[in-house]
Amino acid sequence: MRLLALALHRLLWFVPTLLGLLVVTFVISRVIPADPVALVAGETATPAQVEALRHQLGYDRPLPVQFVDYVARLARGDMGVSLFTRRPIVDDLAHRLPATIELTVVAMLVSVLVGIPLGVVSALWRNSLLDHALRVLTVSGLAIAGFWLGIMLQLLFSMRLGWTPLNGRLPGYPPRDLTGFYLIDAALTWDWGTFGAALQHLALPAATLAFPALATLVRFTRAGVLDVMESNFALYERAMGLPRPLIVWKYVLRSALTSTVTQIGLLFGILLAGAVVTEAVFDWPGIGTYAVNSILRSDYNAVMGFTVWAGAIFIVVNLLVDVAHTLVDPRERAS
Amino acid sequence: MIQNVSAAWFVVTRLARDRSALIGLVLIALLVLAAVLAPVLATHPDDVFELHPSERLKEPSGAHWLGTDRMGADVYSRLLFGARITILIGVIAVGASLALGVPIGLVAGYHHGWASDLLMRVSDIFLAVPQVVLAIAIAQTLGPSLPNVILALSVTYWPWFARVVYAETRALQKEVFVESTTALGASPWRLTVLHVLPNIASPIIVRASIGMGFTILTAAALGFLGLGPPPPTPEWGRTIAESREFLPDAWWYAAAPGVAIFLTVMGFNLLGDGLRDVLDPRLRRSAARDG
Repeated sequence: MRLLALALHRLLWFVPTLLGLLVVTFVISRVIPADPVALVAGETATPAQVEALRHQLGYDRPLPVQFVDYVARLARGDMGVSLFTRRPIVDDLAHRLPATIELTVVAMLVSVLVGIPLGVVSALWRNSLLDHALRVLTVSGLAIAGFWLGIMLQLLFSMRLGWTPLNGRLPGYPPRDLTGFYLIDAALTWDWGTFGAALQHLALPAATLAFPALATLVRFTRAGVLDVMESNFALYERAMGLPRPLIVWKYVLRSALTSTVTQIGLLFGILLAGAVVTEAVFDWPGIGTYAVNSILRSDYNAVMGFTVWAGAIFIVVNLLVDVAHTLVDPRERAS
Repeated sequence: MIQNVSAAWFVVTRLARDRSALIGLVLIALLVLAAVLAPVLATHPDDVFELHPSERLKEPSGAHWLGTDRMGADVYSRLLFGARITILIGVIAVGASLALGVPIGLVAGYHHGWASDLLMRVSDIFLAVPQVVLAIAIAQTLGPSLPNVILALSVTYWPWFARVVYAETRALQKEVFVESTTALGASPWRLTVLHVLPNIASPIIVRASIGMGFTILTAAALGFLGLGPPPPTPEWGRTIAESREFLPDAWWYAAAPGVAIFLTVMGFNLLGDGLRDVLDPRLRRSAARDG
């Protein structure tokens, strides 16, 4: 019952938070010194043509009216038309979303699959040489500029060693479009050449993106395992003579990971923010590159669309994490 | 006063004993030194504005310790002057975020009502989107310049302080000393500023140190995307962006500013971790950085 109440409570806040986000992005995009309409019309347009276009785009109406109209259209899934590509922004974003999801999911997998074992190992051999080395790694992960790491990886692996492609998602034609995720599409169509190429293209951006998330995970897992190892139940199990690997990998880890689950929301924030800059460095055709290009082209509709999408995804993920945490950890339910 | 001095001394001696905090302090001291003494330490102090086409893209050597850039300017000298911009951005942006976030957090934490809820909701909205996304949007809207970068970072970072202060203030309200001070007839202003604020200083200081690192990192990303101060400003992020077309040959041009950013951010992160250990024994190093 409490769980349901919590979920409902969070859902109730979802709408005003999203609305607030819309206000913020709307204000940002309309307090601009430049005239977006003149930009779209081009340098050769006469003032009359600019005004006609302004009327056509609805930019000559009062701001509150434009805002209400924007929200109403958004509710119907209409984000307006990109001032630059002249296509619906929803289509542009939807078209590019699989690339971003593929990159983010691979980065998330890498950080989880590498980060959690490293965190456990670091806790088990506390203050060993390995622990210190991992400490340096985690501190670095949070201090390194993602775009610089990406460039350095390109410099070493693409330009010097020639092991990986410099940028992009695939050199030739994409595999048959089933899901939009190249790895899955290539695997489904049994096209292992394309699969390997896609994987090669993914390697550097995924590594760049995963690094800070991995560092965070190592840190949390280490702390969580250390906490649980000192708890009474772990002590009891040790006293009962249970083998250490069983205690660690089965009981301690399960307990320690409940706090790690909460961090997935945080992790997702790191990845989403990192994706914008990482995609720009690797020319990855996802929504991050789209956002950066839109910003540089003063395509305000598209920028707003991206911010709303990113914000909405982020809010939903956090909502799910909250609920998941309550499910996983009975203590949360009681309190 | 004496109490404050001895408390500060306690913190400093404890920090000096913590190895990573000490490294952090040293790194920050080096950064400040580089910024303050840039004209003295620079081997080619005029290279921030001067062009030397004949010296273009020279490898690191005795004359140019970190090589030269596309304008023939000394990379090492420009890095030193870039440290000034980095410190300026970090200090003003974090200072402004403090000035905005702390009062909002205090007021919202002290009062119970719809206005407090509204304030926290507003800060939640800002926290709902990754900082760099909003900062990019704001910086682009206002146009690339140093004040605009600082403004974009301040507008997007204050909610972190508001959140921390709000949570700590709410937690303190259950304490006996707050109740008794209220019973003694202290005004809300007196209570929050003289009694609550000093007691929540530790988490604010920790957050400020970590915020410096985070803000500097975001500022570098903005600079990289061309949203920072315009050339010839020796901003580190922009320098990395400029260097890209000369890779892989002029590796020093891209590597040096990145290392500078890395060491700076690491300094503030390590100091923040150390401060957390010293100031707040309840929290261990384990509590990870979240923003």
